[in-house]
Amino acid sequence: MSEVPIRPDFEEILRLVRPGSRVLDVGCGEGDLLELLTRRKGVDGRGLEISAGGVSACLARGLAVMQGDADRDLDYFPAGAFDYVILSQTLQAVLRPRHVLGELLRIGERAIVSLPNFGHWRVRLDLLLHGRMPMTAALPEPWWATSNIHLCTMGDFTGLCADMGLAIDACAAFAGGGQARAVEPNRRLENLRAETALFLLRRRVQPSAAGGPPGP
Amino acid sequence: MSERRETDADDHGVVTFPPERPLRLDSGAQIEGLEIAYRTFGRLNADRTNAILVCHALTLDQHVAGAHPVSGKPGWWQGMVGAGLPLDPDRHFIICSNVVGGCMGSTGPSSINPATDKPWGLAFPVVTIADMVRAQAMLVEALGIERLFAVIGGSMGGMQVLQWAVDYPERLFAAVCIAAAARHSAQNIAFHEVGRQAIMADPDWRGGAYAELGARPEKGLAVARMAAHITYLSETALQRKFGRELQRDGLSWGFDADFQVESYLRHQGAAFVDRFDANSYLYITRAMDYFDLSGAHAEGLAAALGRARDVRFCVVSFSSDWLYPTGESQGIVRALNAAGARVSFVEIESDRGHDAFLLDEPVLRAVLAGFLESAALVWGAA
Repeated sequence: MSEVPIRPDFEEILRLVRPGSRVLDVGCGEGDLLELLTRRKGVDGRGLEISAGGVSACLARGLAVMQGDADRDLDYFPAGAFDYVILSQTLQAVLRPRHVLGELLRIGERAIVSLPNFGHWRVRLDLLLHGRMPMTAALPEPWWATSNIHLCTMGDFTGLCADMGLAIDACAAFAGGGQARAVEPNRRLENLRAETALFLLRRRVQPSAAGGPPGP
Repeated sequence: MSERRETDADDHGVVTFPPERPLRLDSGAQIEGLEIAYRTFGRLNADRTNAILVCHALTLDQHVAGAHPVSGKPGWWQGMVGAGLPLDPDRHFIICSNVVGGCMGSTGPSSINPATDKPWGLAFPVVTIADMVRAQAMLVEALGIERLFAVIGGSMGGMQVLQWAVDYPERLFAAVCIAAAARHSAQNIAFHEVGRQAIMADPDWRGGAYAELGARPEKGLAVARMAAHITYLSETALQRKFGRELQRDGLSWGFDADFQVESYLRHQGAAFVDRFDANSYLYITRAMDYFDLSGAHAEGLAAALGRARDVRFCVVSFSSDWLYPTGESQGIVRALNAAGARVSFVEIESDRGHDAFLLDEPVLRAVLAGFLESAALVWGAA
């Protein structure tokens, strides 16, 4: 069977996820990544997706997906329910990124988070030269149409991780549609070069038992 | 079993349980000589692993597909059950039984009370959703099925699905709960009370003893149906279908059915009394009102559903359903997640209200087909 080329960030996620693990894909769209993970890695995959169309498409493909909202619905999962929670290109679009990030690592042993990097040189140059909100391959929409309400740079994100006591076990940078490049997340040069960045995160300390979900 | 017609693909019959195997009810009472009328489609495979139980809603019955023996109309889920459809008699053994308390062949208030040789009427014990499910479990056992592949239902059928998953988690693999709730809300109870009061206000109801007195509370039952029917639709659907359109040119300046929507509701009421028993309406609405899955569990719904954590769930709601709104399904989904169960959930966009689950809804069909197919893959491997 001939395969369409896999998105470089999906390829990287496939590389990071242990076979047979329990995975929650937050913002799973029509389930392309979940299906890849299920087929290639034999994961026990679940999805959370905000659009009814995306969820219906997933269910019709036989994937276990819930319609819901990353900002609110993660709260209802028990701690440690998954080995990996994936949040792909979505953290910048949620209302409470810090809360969501905390929830990812409460319900998951590890989180895989990818972001458009607002520190990318093209973004900086665009703003510097034109004085307008940048529009790039990773940020294709004008400011008034974008759902990105909490854009940040790689430096901002690694700072938040440090603040929250999260360890970055792996970091990959992407630019120009090319393959993933393993990078040192805190290097200032990478914050210029990466168009998007992907992080494998882990809690440094176990959360207290009191951090369980609220009752529904 | 007193009567069981062994035809091939479409079989119906009644299982009569011996008096020494009574149905024990939540109220403490019991029903001896319980009869459960059912209909099946397809054949049970050699491993007995392809059985799907469909649970019906308030006024429906076991005739989920095929022609209805009374009305001659197609089955109530004709778009979902049939060759090439998500519930496929070529692959599945599909069972649907009339609930206890009903009026299509299962023991209910219009059955003969063996103690008096008269119809039970109000002497019939109050039944609950759990009692209905207990009776279904007895039927499933009588059919020689240890574990169901899936239990599926909408509305009151969805409540039975949840009850199945809690009471018999080891006897089902997958559960599909459509347009339902884990408990009846104050508004749900309120609408049912309007219906019951309409029936009991009909002089022909005769304190529930109309059957032995040769009367029929048709007016009251029709009004109950008219009120309930509105709750199954949406404002958008009603407006689109009828608007303020008149039946004839001009107003009657009286109380005839001037508006098309009035005529439609009157027709719904009149057609209903031909196929439904007034006392069954009282008993079944009562069962729904008493339904509260978390009621017995101090720690709430997640604790109740904790027993069902190994069941694969699919929960579906409809955006314009204000009778069992999406929030009710979300509560179920969140509780299932908290319990660690594997649950899928979608709110399907539709402007057709609660009734959307019964209508031709391609998205529901695709969702159900995908869910059952993937469940079957895992179930086959298990």
